[in-house]
Amino acid sequence: MADTTARVLQGNEASAIGALAAGVDFFAGYPITPSSEIAELLSQCMPLINGRFIQMEDEIASIAAIIGASLAGATSMTATSGPGFSLMQENIGLACLAEVPCVIVNVMRAGPSTGLPTQAAQGDVQQTRWGTHGDHAIVALAPSTVRECFELTVECVNLAERLRTPTVLLMDEVIGHMRESVVLPSGDEYRLVRRIEPPTGLRDYCPFGECVPEVAALAAFGGEYRFHVTGLTHDAHGYPTMVPEEVDWKIRHIVGKIESRADQLASNEEFMTEDADVLLFAYGSTARVAKASVRALREAGVKAGLLRVRTIWPFSQKRLRELAPGLRLVVVPEMNLGQLVVEVERAVCGEARVVPLGKVDGHLFEPGDITEFVLEEVGA
Amino acid sequence: MSRSIEKAREYLRPTKKFPTVWCPGCGLGIVQSALVRAISRVGVEKNAVTVVSGIGCTGRMPAYVDFNTLHTTHGRALAFSTGVKLASPSMTVIAVMGDGDALAIGGNHFVHACRRNIDMTAIVVNNSIYGMTGGQYSPTTPHGKRGTTAPYGNVEHAFDTAALAVGAGATFVARTSVYHAQEADRLIEKAILHRGFSVVEIISNCYTSYGRMNKYTSAVDMLRWMKENSVPVSAWDKLPPEKREGKFTRGVISEKELPEFIEAYDEQGRRLTRTPAAVERVRDILTAYDENADRLRVADERSGEAESGRGENKT
Repeated sequence: MADTTARVLQGNEASAIGALAAGVDFFAGYPITPSSEIAELLSQCMPLINGRFIQMEDEIASIAAIIGASLAGATSMTATSGPGFSLMQENIGLACLAEVPCVIVNVMRAGPSTGLPTQAAQGDVQQTRWGTHGDHAIVALAPSTVRECFELTVECVNLAERLRTPTVLLMDEVIGHMRESVVLPSGDEYRLVRRIEPPTGLRDYCPFGECVPEVAALAAFGGEYRFHVTGLTHDAHGYPTMVPEEVDWKIRHIVGKIESRADQLASNEEFMTEDADVLLFAYGSTARVAKASVRALREAGVKAGLLRVRTIWPFSQKRLRELAPGLRLVVVPEMNLGQLVVEVERAVCGEARVVPLGKVDGHLFEPGDITEFVLEEVGA
Repeated sequence: MSRSIEKAREYLRPTKKFPTVWCPGCGLGIVQSALVRAISRVGVEKNAVTVVSGIGCTGRMPAYVDFNTLHTTHGRALAFSTGVKLASPSMTVIAVMGDGDALAIGGNHFVHACRRNIDMTAIVVNNSIYGMTGGQYSPTTPHGKRGTTAPYGNVEHAFDTAALAVGAGATFVARTSVYHAQEADRLIEKAILHRGFSVVEIISNCYTSYGRMNKYTSAVDMLRWMKENSVPVSAWDKLPPEKREGKFTRGVISEKELPEFIEAYDEQGRRLTRTPAAVERVRDILTAYDENADRLRVADERSGEAESGRGENKT
């Protein structure tokens, strides 16, 4: 029986509950506002569900611990905010290259540096994509509602397990701390995906070899197979290699397994886009405000619509390309000085004018900010 | 083939990754041999051992030994080890680190691992230098000794690794050198068997980088220095202060009993499952998504789990 009781939950709480629903049984983290509620709630639950929680000495150790736990078979997660996310970057790269499933929740706050703790911002969009060094790809999902904090946490776990890669739940502070009435999905409304494990009795298990079908099967440490995992570029068995063909294959594989699925992984919400010639492109809390702006713009006679993306990375150009021929203007409001707008420009490719609308004062947009900006841009 | 070489091959990956990246005369081969001999003496299954490392010459060791092996980022071996151990408590987890890896970039993880007392073993191979990057001074380079970044002699003072570990709360601390290879076997064996966090510091030699810059004539010359300047713990107290100068102790330096982290954590969990208020609080959180998906465990279900190991049970 599904529980259909509406309850008032915070985005961070919904994410933590989503993690439990998704089977997360190991959490390592370090205190940082505005993400700490996730660690607090999970520290309360883990001992009673046969999971384990540990507060590490810093964020570097936290991500290291969840990678280690994942290799030993756990479903693992950490949660942090901008400064901690910066510290995690090197080990995120290790998880990308060594293809270790794990989930990082990043509740964005205003930066750079200590910045403006803890006001709203969306300043980590490009850090999420390019924060670790070297060529790689990443999966990042951005919720706009408390229910989506639950759903997308489950999805982050699923995608991490399916594609053997770190995934990021990219919340902003407004969503993380927002409380709203919510009915969470019941067990039959979401599915759980687990990593493919190798069959028993293999004579030669290759943890980084043949893909079945998307990635190689991953055994847990302590099981039937012993293997080597390294942050050095490695061959199919996991041993370091400098053979150009093997190195080339490895890097193209970790990028390709994600980027080639950009359209498949895309998850959008559209609002009044059917006849729109002015498109608002937004994500996270900004998209909620943009929706109100669309209504106001319609009242003012502007044919506005909203394309809201849940999947930030990999960035899918598909829907934007389909919409672009009918558009004259695309406005991209972001609580930064223009991060995802760069991807929007690449997708629209000159077919419509793309204008960023940045905000970096620590406060969220108000509908009037976006409405007035658009009216000015369309010369109304 | 002699019996000992046959035995060694059982624990190494001879067909895959040899020869090692290590220079002729390096002490790391001795440490690696001591490690596999110790594991062999403990008698633990190869599949139930995970060897974790960070970066540097010592960081390469996991590729050569036939266990679950994890070569991570610089300084972070113990943090990765913590995750492996908490997800798989029945696993024997051993982190091998150099002095720069363990005590400079990884110093924070090192002291907190000592404090937490998770049942793992840290082997610190201390050669007083950053070898792989070409001989820069490290946190254990003695005052006045040279490195490529201390061309006029080291202005800083060295850590006493074992004293640091004792001070940070490690429940088993031992030290020896690569000259004392058989003692290294025994100390690593004791460290693995100790229920809690263990540190074994092994004084090693980097002739290529350290020896060359500090007037040692050969790798053997450096081993001779270890032989002549180490004192068994039992003999140290009888040594007059003037004879202690420049010498190091070897043997078990500190050993004590303290509740192990995972045992304590799981025991707390078992108590909570018998506490109705705690169960209700968590049940309320869990039923927020689906009462059928209730993951709450009844009292005592958790007992014995640490022995069976979660890694193997996972389906």
